[in-house]
Amino acid sequence: MNDWLRRLLFLPEQASTIARDMDSLHYFVIIVTMVGATAVAAFTLIFIVRFAAHKHREKSAAPDVRHGYTHGGIPVWLELFVFGGLLSLFILWWVIGFRQYARFVEPPPNTLQIYVTGKQWMWTFAYPNGAASNGILYVPAGRPVTLVMTSRDVIHSFFVPDFRVKRDVVPGRATTVWFEAPAAGRHHIFCTELCGVGHSTMRGEVVVLAAEEYERQLEGLERVDLGDPRASSLAAAGERVAARRGCMRCHTADGTPHIGPTFAGLYGATIPLEGGQSVIADVQYLTSSMMDPAAQLHRGFLAVMPSYQGLLSAAEVGGLVEYIRSLRDVQRAEPQSPAPQRTDVPIVTPLQPEERR
Amino acid sequence: MTSYLASGRSLRSWLVTKDHKRIGILFLIATTLALVLGGVFALLIRIELLTPEPSVFDALDYNRSFTHHGVVMVFLFMVPVIPTVFGNFFLPMMLGAPDVALPRLNLASFYVYCLGATILLLSLWFGGVDTGWTFYAPYATTSPTAVATAVFGVFVVGISSILTGLNFIVTVHTMRAKGMRWFRMPLFVWAIYATAIIQVLATPVLGLSLLLVGADHAFGMGVFDPALGGDPILFQHLFWFYSHPAVYIMILPAMGVVSEVVCTFSHNRPASYRAIAISSIGIAFIGFLTWGHHMFVSGMSMLDVGAFGILSMFVAIFSAIKVFTWTATLYRGRITFNAPMLYFFGFMFLFVFGGMTGVAVATSSLDIHWHDTYFVVAHFHFIMVGGTLTMFLAACHYWFPKMFGRRYPEKWALIGAVAVILGFVFTFTPQFLLGNAGMPRRYHTYVPEYQWLNVMSTAGATILALGLVVTLVYLVHSIFRGEKAGDNPWDSRGYEWLAPTPPPTHNFHTPLVIARGPYDFHCPERP
Repeated sequence: MNDWLRRLLFLPEQASTIARDMDSLHYFVIIVTMVGATAVAAFTLIFIVRFAAHKHREKSAAPDVRHGYTHGGIPVWLELFVFGGLLSLFILWWVIGFRQYARFVEPPPNTLQIYVTGKQWMWTFAYPNGAASNGILYVPAGRPVTLVMTSRDVIHSFFVPDFRVKRDVVPGRATTVWFEAPAAGRHHIFCTELCGVGHSTMRGEVVVLAAEEYERQLEGLERVDLGDPRASSLAAAGERVAARRGCMRCHTADGTPHIGPTFAGLYGATIPLEGGQSVIADVQYLTSSMMDPAAQLHRGFLAVMPSYQGLLSAAEVGGLVEYIRSLRDVQRAEPQSPAPQRTDVPIVTPLQPEERR
Repeated sequence: MTSYLASGRSLRSWLVTKDHKRIGILFLIATTLALVLGGVFALLIRIELLTPEPSVFDALDYNRSFTHHGVVMVFLFMVPVIPTVFGNFFLPMMLGAPDVALPRLNLASFYVYCLGATILLLSLWFGGVDTGWTFYAPYATTSPTAVATAVFGVFVVGISSILTGLNFIVTVHTMRAKGMRWFRMPLFVWAIYATAIIQVLATPVLGLSLLLVGADHAFGMGVFDPALGGDPILFQHLFWFYSHPAVYIMILPAMGVVSEVVCTFSHNRPASYRAIAISSIGIAFIGFLTWGHHMFVSGMSMLDVGAFGILSMFVAIFSAIKVFTWTATLYRGRITFNAPMLYFFGFMFLFVFGGMTGVAVATSSLDIHWHDTYFVVAHFHFIMVGGTLTMFLAACHYWFPKMFGRRYPEKWALIGAVAVILGFVFTFTPQFLLGNAGMPRRYHTYVPEYQWLNVMSTAGATILALGLVVTLVYLVHSIFRGEKAGDNPWDSRGYEWLAPTPPPTHNFHTPLVIARGPYDFHCPERP
């Protein structure tokens, strides 16, 4: 039944763990849609034929006087039945759809994280072990994968029809998409947000490999070009990025607060913000703090950090995030002394990127 | 008394007219030209998509084609067409008024429209635009094409839309004939009134957002460009705050036409006048609160996704009320079948299918797969073309005798209607399936497995285009050569049919006193 309906509706293969659930709702909604539209058209046609004027026996010059106000309005029970029924149906779809949405969008804990950059007009992927690939994304079968995505130029959108996943890739923000592909296979990646003349060529491929093949494949890939071909992992490369980009002039790795918050124990911590709110320091927070540092400012620190929007490649962002993540278990000291006076602050500028393209 | 067509035959008498009927005719000519132009762009898109690889155009020209198609169709045809043509012509007559409240403003609205259209078309001709009609930042602010002048053109057209809306609101409030209570107004007037409210409230937001995009593009202001500290998602919110209600600017007047056509041809009262009238206002109101369903995959909070999802369901309920009431209106009517009824029949299928797929894409989890694919393209064409275009054509036929004092050829009209409806179904049904299969919209090239559905879609578009050309030809011919029509050929009870055919400059020889409702078929036409 599932397969038959899927083919009838031209849906692609169900290559992720969520695809089948989504398609079940899809069948439900589309079948009701088709039946509803056909029923309305059928009733319209039946009434047009049944109540055609020439079927009325009285044919006189002034039919309107005699033939008057006939149906006396719709009976209340019918009205309530139709609208109550439709409203319940729509709300049912909303409930199922929204619950699914929450499940499809929120990544489960402990997924494999891969960093994705969209740029006109290609996809690049950076893996936790420091490997990188263009256009082809390698993922292991049977393991949930979270893609942490950002764009270097305009908005793109990452779409894998076979997985039923899609998420916009926005410059200056980190968005995530997650999926788990149960079996090995190859699947299209499309960009679905108009991004210029190369939009329709901004395609790629997900290659799902068995776990051991995946490891072997990653070994064979080139390392992320973060200026250090010998870095053993993305986190190690990130440490060098942090040094090279001047992060460590304000941030520390040993738990002591400096001009900026320490990286130690930062990942996953609850960060008090200026204004009384708080936020969990996850991938999104860390990434957007690199791009727009003042937007969610850690309480007790001055808004002196410049934006690194456009200066860091996604691999570098990924490296930094992985680096900060590797320091999550280091003890951090809470900032005790009041923030340094503005006059004490050295002028900090991001290094100009050597390879800004 | 001479008819409005005969009172002054010089070109000048048309160009400086303050007669709402002549302004309606001027808008009819202008918007029909826009329809033809937009249709040509549509055919160019369909021709290019016959093959998976580039054939006729390079990528930039292809991107320009679909942008021009969207911009021309939305801003120059769909949004203005029914209010400016039939609203202008018939709203005052339906109120028993000699003209709109502000006739000079009405003429100004036409020239502002022409000015905006000229700016827009010139910028499309010199340079073009390749951003899609949605002008999403930051692509739109960095695109090498003529974005700044084009959005300025749209801005000016928006002013025309606001002026027309304002004029209609004032007219409905101040110009109703003696005895015309609010609930005696024809349902078309209710629809146009609800539309006018949206036009006045929403269009300024679009105008300002587009000006900001233009300023970003021309001067690098950076409101929406993250590289300069701006926020691209903010643009999407602002854009859809107008452009979702704009969907109702397009469809509400069409719903008004449906109500008139279905009551007239079934010679029956609407099954529930109040349900139709109030749901028009309900759509106008709730329509303002659903824009976020265009952004389920853009990165909104979970709360927003849930809220916009459920609000979108509510707006669908109002449309369902209307559909149900129209169907029930046929029940035990005395139905005559002419071309407008055939369009009505087509409308009922297309609108319900298009509307229900709208509920489908508003279902948040399903939208993940469908967003920005051909499914969405097919969905909104079912609503816009299946809804607004069919009802524009129905209105052209329904009111043709009153507007021009002549009849259109019924046989040709039925042939044209069948071609339009079938061509339409053949064009867009394959696109639903393409969307299911995962083909993204705005793709110049695509993977080969999508080809045969694209070929079918192009074949359907050809039939649709032929149907429209046939319709245009016989209608223009009938304006000059058609059989003479009487005052009320459909035996309607609408007030506009009480005027002589074609109507004189101030519509009615003696001021109307309304003593019956517009659908009281048990009353004689003239009490």
